[in-house]
Amino acid sequence: VIHVALLVAAKDLRVELRSRVLLWQVVPFGVMALLLCGLALGPAHAGNSSAGPGLFYLVILLVVLLMVNRSQAIERSSGTRSSVATLGLDPAGVFLGKSLALAVELWATGLLLWGGAVLVLHTALHGSLVALPSIVVTLGALAAAGTLYGALTGGADTTATLLPMLALPAFAPLLIAGERSFSDALHGGGLWQWWVIVVVALVAYLGVGILLYGVLEES
Amino acid sequence: MMKQFSQRLLGPVTLVLLALTIWLGLWVTPPDKIQGQLARLVYVHPSVAWVALYVSFGTATIASALYLWRRTRSMTMDRIAHCAMEVSVVFILLTLITGSIWGRPTWGVWWAWDARLTSTAIMAVLELGYLALRRANDDPMLRARRSAVFAILAAINVPIIHFSVDWWKTLHQGATVFTANRTLLIHGIQAWTLLISFVGFTLLFFWFLRARYRLEVRRESQSQVQLDEALLARQREGAVP
Repeated sequence: VIHVALLVAAKDLRVELRSRVLLWQVVPFGVMALLLCGLALGPAHAGNSSAGPGLFYLVILLVVLLMVNRSQAIERSSGTRSSVATLGLDPAGVFLGKSLALAVELWATGLLLWGGAVLVLHTALHGSLVALPSIVVTLGALAAAGTLYGALTGGADTTATLLPMLALPAFAPLLIAGERSFSDALHGGGLWQWWVIVVVALVAYLGVGILLYGVLEES
Repeated sequence: MMKQFSQRLLGPVTLVLLALTIWLGLWVTPPDKIQGQLARLVYVHPSVAWVALYVSFGTATIASALYLWRRTRSMTMDRIAHCAMEVSVVFILLTLITGSIWGRPTWGVWWAWDARLTSTAIMAVLELGYLALRRANDDPMLRARRSAVFAILAAINVPIIHFSVDWWKTLHQGATVFTANRTLLIHGIQAWTLLISFVGFTLLFFWFLRARYRLEVRRESQSQVQLDEALLARQREGAVP
C-alpha cells in the first residue's frame, strides 16, 4: 500500500510540476483572496491580528476546493481512470497517494499564505511559528477529506457546484478547530483540545478513505 | 404481524399518539414556573430532533452501510437510505425551526452561533448535499455507491452534535430528559407526554418512510415502463421501410 501511495503521489506531483497550475493559478488566487480579505476589513481592522487566523483558514478552504478540482481533473482525461483500474492498484494506496500529493501541494501553498498572513494581516510571528504544527496537521486532514469528496463528485456534470456544497460543511469543523488552535497559539493559550479534533478528523477521514475509496472507484 | 401493523395500524396509531401529545402538551400539562407556556415546545422539539438525527439519519446510515457491504448490497438498501434521508431533511428543518421559535423569546435572537445550533445546521446542509449528490448522478449503481459513502461520511457529524453541549460552553441547554448519570430530570404527566411524543414522532417517521418508499418503487417502475415504450417506439421507427 505504501509503495502504491508513493507511486501515485509522485505521479500527481510530477503532473503538477509540469503543468504548473498550482504555481500560476492557485497560488495567485490565494494571495489575491488574502489581499481582498484585508481590503474588506479596511485599514482600521486589517492590522488587527485577531482576524488573521480565521481569514487565513477561509482562504485555505477556497484554495482547497480549487486543488481538489484540479486533483480530480488529472484523472478525468479520457481513459485515465480505466487504465489506472486495469493496473490493479490497491485503492487504499491510490487514496493515500492522492491525499499525500494534495497535502504536499497544500503545505506549499499554506506556507506562502501563512507568510502572507504575517505580512498583510499582521499576525504575530512568534505565535504564527507556534501554530505551524497545527496548520500542518489541519491541512493534512483537509487533504484527506478533499480527496474523498473529490472522488465522490468526480465525473458528475455538476462537479464545480457539487464539490463546495458537499465539502464545505464537512470542512467546517476543521476550519473552526484550525482557527482556534492558531488563535490560541497567538495568544499563548492551550492548544490541545483543538488539536484533538483535528487529529480525530484526520484519522477518521484516512480510515474511511482507506476502507471505502475502492467502492468509489468501482466501475 | 409486523407487515399487517405497518399496512393498517401504523397511520392511525401515529395520528392518535400525536393527537394525544397535542392534547396533553397544550391542555393537561402545567406551564413552567420560569418559562411559562413556552416550555410546551419541549414536547415537540426534542422528539423531532431525536427523529431527525438518530432515527431517520441512523436508518439512512445503516442502510448505506448495508448497501456497501457486498453480502447485503441491494437497491432496496439504497432506496431505504434515500427515502430515510429525505424524511430526515424534513425533520431536521423542523428541529431548526422549532428551536428558533424557542430561541427568540428565550435568548432574544432567532439564531445564535451556538455549537449545537451550528452543528445541526451543518447537518441540514450535509443532508441537502446528499440529495443533490443523488440528482447529479444518472447511473443508479454509481449514484447508490457515492451516496452511501457520503452518508457514512456525514455520520461523523452526529457525535459532534450529540456531545456539542458537553464539549463546548453553549447557550443550548444540556441533557433535558436524563442527566449524565441517567437520573430522570422530568416527572409525572410531563414525562409521559414527552414519552408519547417521542413514540408518536418515531412512528410518524416510519409512516413517512413507508409511504415514500412505495412512491419510489412506483416511480422507478414507471420510469422503466417509459424506457421500454421509448425503446419499442425507436424499434418501430427503424422497422418502417
